[in-house]
Amino acid sequence: MTYVPHSEADRQAMLQTIGVKSIDELFAVVPEQVRYPALKLPAPMSEQEILRELQQMSERNRDLQHNLCFLGAGAYNHFVPSVVDHVISRSEFFTAYTPYQPEVSQGTLQTIFEYQSMMCALTGMEVVNASHYDGATAAAEAVIMAVNVARGKRRKAIVSPFLHPEYRQTIRTYTQGMEIQIVGDESTRNDLAALAAMLDNQTACVIIQNPDFLGRIESPEALSDFAAKVHAAGALLVVSANPISLGLLVPPGEYGADIAIGEGQPLGNELNYGGPYLGYFGCREEYVRKMAGRLAGQTIDVHGQRGFVLALSTREQHIRREKATSNICTNQALCALAAGVYLAALGRCGLSQVAKLCYHKAHYAAERIDGLKGFKVDRAKPFFNEFIVSCPAKPGKLNRKLLKEHNIVGGFELGRAYPEMEDKMLVCVTELHTRDDIDRLAKALKEVAS
Amino acid sequence: MIEPLIYEISRPGRCGCFLPELDVPEADIPEAFVRKDLPLPEVSEVDLIRHYIRLSQMNWGVDKGFYPLGSCTMKYNPKVNERAARLPGFVRTHPYQDEESVQGNLQLMYELQQFLAEIGGFAAVSLQPAAGAHGELTGVLIMRAYHRSRGESQRVKVLIPDSAHGTNPATTTMSGFEMVELPSDARGNVDLAALEAACDDTVVGLMLTNPNTLGLFDENILKIADLVHGCGGLLYGDGANLNALLGIFKPAELGFDVMHYNLHKTFSTPHGGGGPGSGPVGVVEKLAKFLPGPVVVKKDDKFRLHMPEASIGRVKSFYGNFGVMVRAYTYIRMLGAAGLRAVSEDAVLNANYLQAQLKHVYPLDYDRYCMHEFVLRGQVKGAPDIRALDIAKRLIDLGFHPPTNYFPLIVPEALMIEPTETESRETLDAFVAAMKQIAEEAKTNPELLHSAPHVTPVGRLDEVRAARELRLRWKPEE
Repeated sequence: MTYVPHSEADRQAMLQTIGVKSIDELFAVVPEQVRYPALKLPAPMSEQEILRELQQMSERNRDLQHNLCFLGAGAYNHFVPSVVDHVISRSEFFTAYTPYQPEVSQGTLQTIFEYQSMMCALTGMEVVNASHYDGATAAAEAVIMAVNVARGKRRKAIVSPFLHPEYRQTIRTYTQGMEIQIVGDESTRNDLAALAAMLDNQTACVIIQNPDFLGRIESPEALSDFAAKVHAAGALLVVSANPISLGLLVPPGEYGADIAIGEGQPLGNELNYGGPYLGYFGCREEYVRKMAGRLAGQTIDVHGQRGFVLALSTREQHIRREKATSNICTNQALCALAAGVYLAALGRCGLSQVAKLCYHKAHYAAERIDGLKGFKVDRAKPFFNEFIVSCPAKPGKLNRKLLKEHNIVGGFELGRAYPEMEDKMLVCVTELHTRDDIDRLAKALKEVAS
Repeated sequence: MIEPLIYEISRPGRCGCFLPELDVPEADIPEAFVRKDLPLPEVSEVDLIRHYIRLSQMNWGVDKGFYPLGSCTMKYNPKVNERAARLPGFVRTHPYQDEESVQGNLQLMYELQQFLAEIGGFAAVSLQPAAGAHGELTGVLIMRAYHRSRGESQRVKVLIPDSAHGTNPATTTMSGFEMVELPSDARGNVDLAALEAACDDTVVGLMLTNPNTLGLFDENILKIADLVHGCGGLLYGDGANLNALLGIFKPAELGFDVMHYNLHKTFSTPHGGGGPGSGPVGVVEKLAKFLPGPVVVKKDDKFRLHMPEASIGRVKSFYGNFGVMVRAYTYIRMLGAAGLRAVSEDAVLNANYLQAQLKHVYPLDYDRYCMHEFVLRGQVKGAPDIRALDIAKRLIDLGFHPPTNYFPLIVPEALMIEPTETESRETLDAFVAAMKQIAEEAKTNPELLHSAPHVTPVGRLDEVRAARELRLRWKPEE
């Protein structure tokens, strides 16, 4: 099976036009000793055979169609309205390349422009780009951008220990050749006050998460005070936020964030075992020329009609080459399209409703679990839709029993990210959970713990 | 005909979705935490669908017609891939589920790692990078880690031919290295004398695309590998052009130490209007321990996630663009070894078939058999004011997506043409006819080219204005 249309007669005629006898002649330049290696791959398959095999392979997973899920921790199980897949399945969108030829790419360009507009509205930022690979790489690019805003003179980034652990790891991977110092996340005792104490004239940025990795939310007042301290030290404030939470909570742009980033997956993108997702990335307009990634901009055509193009591409690698601040080329356009359709479908009223459903249901779940013998919910701080539960047994052990005996995927085992929290799990509740689902979790937790 | 913005069709009180009623008691929400306004559009479902469908109709895609965009491998995207990637058992899995409960996902990833390693001749593969440029960054950081592990941190120079993709130099800078540009010789190969002069103990490695962006296989590849390895450097392969060499040769056997694959080019996953892609990285044995992770390993018939012992770290969250991997896996399983070789053979056949006919119409700087793509000058004798851009835009009128233009930089007025293997002879013939027609029009009616395209919803757009008067979002007062 191949997707090649030629018959042997076609090939012969084409070879004649080229002036060679066989296709092999075209490859004569390849050193003979390595030419035509045998590839040890499974035998080819028909469409029905591969679909059957993949179906079986996929059924080896305990998927969330058949199991109730309370995992979040950076990837969220939300309802995706039917319109989203319908739109991203239009092959005019998904079989197109990057819109370098704007006259035949107005569909992609306008949807990006609309995505940028809606994400600006959601985050309170002045500019949002066309997306990064995911939240983690957006965080890494934010740190690099902050260093560039300081013209490379400030090379320290203060990172909250409650920024997603994989974002913190990705920041370190990205910057390992750049002589940027990463501090702040050595200890979970480093709250906002402790982070503020680390500010100095070498600090390019501080990066925090709200709701933080543990689901907790800070008051806008505390965050504004913190932003003021960061700015007084001449540094930028970078905030990572779950975009669904912004349907309800005061957005980063309103409490002083200079750069807002995060994982865009909760907006209309399926879990897909971790990808493809999209990183959203926004900043204040004054920094736009230091921002990496694509941007769609509005302009006019030769007839004076409105149209859209890739704007400021002179910042990008294909033009600036070694002087570019990032090598990013591909973005997550189709995921950003999904996010845009999701935001447009839910709109002003729908998104705030989803956020409220998440909030109330999570609080109901917290109430139920807190009442169980041996379990304790950490209520020291307000939370959005995830909360910390101290467990009477190892969370890993409880989770295995939950899945085996109750078809429930339990919360994130916090010991994986913070060794001192090995008796705790992070439970996530979304609008997908019904009251019955939550009651089922509470009942199951009680059983597996006893 | 322009389409209004989503905000312009918004009317207060409309909503495009139906949400469930709250079925639990309301909890207190501290007032100070709540945002005052959420200025998102308000549209009904039918208006929303019509809006996006009309926008889709303003796009060109592979499913609509020929898309000979050089360096981008715009081959047909099989529909079975989409069906496979939407199987609920894959889609509805969370990245933090216990490994035991996602054995199907891990098996697919494990086998895809093996397939890619086999195709490239490498010892190990990490699927984590999300795109080609992301794979490059990964690869160069691996090279850095390798040299540092040997106490050779004086190696700071990355050699890059002048025909390279822009991502190569940008990646070098991101990795904290300096780039040294190497000229090309008269036959489009890396200039060997320049390479030899640059090779010393400060070299990290050479980033080479082979076939290069001229579509030419470097005739001195073995000598190049020897020179780079001779000075202790590593050879990086930019796998953007892998579509020319499936089953033709294994890059590792030519001396490449590390290479990224573009699943969205070579392995038929759709480009999505700019992404998502997937850029796995393959390495030879001595570099395997530096790979980003987790990667998937097999132990006692179980698949596990594993962090390589001296890993450069993770390059993104989770394990890579899994949904893209499912598509590429499907493609490789359906084609098998013989099918993949046929892909490359016919990709090269198609490119040479076009080149053989078009080189008499437009100047070809490097006249030898090409691999999967070739580069013409967008110039017409007797029509001095015609530029590559004019030709590109006129092609749109004639029903074709333009080739890549103005890249590679070493060919003036470059038109970089990559037909891919999925195009029929009739399509290629029609393209040749259109290119010939345009060359005639350039002489007889140049204005027709300057004012092209004429059939699109918008005409040529003012990019200077877009940069000068930045409008990057809709604002209510407009």
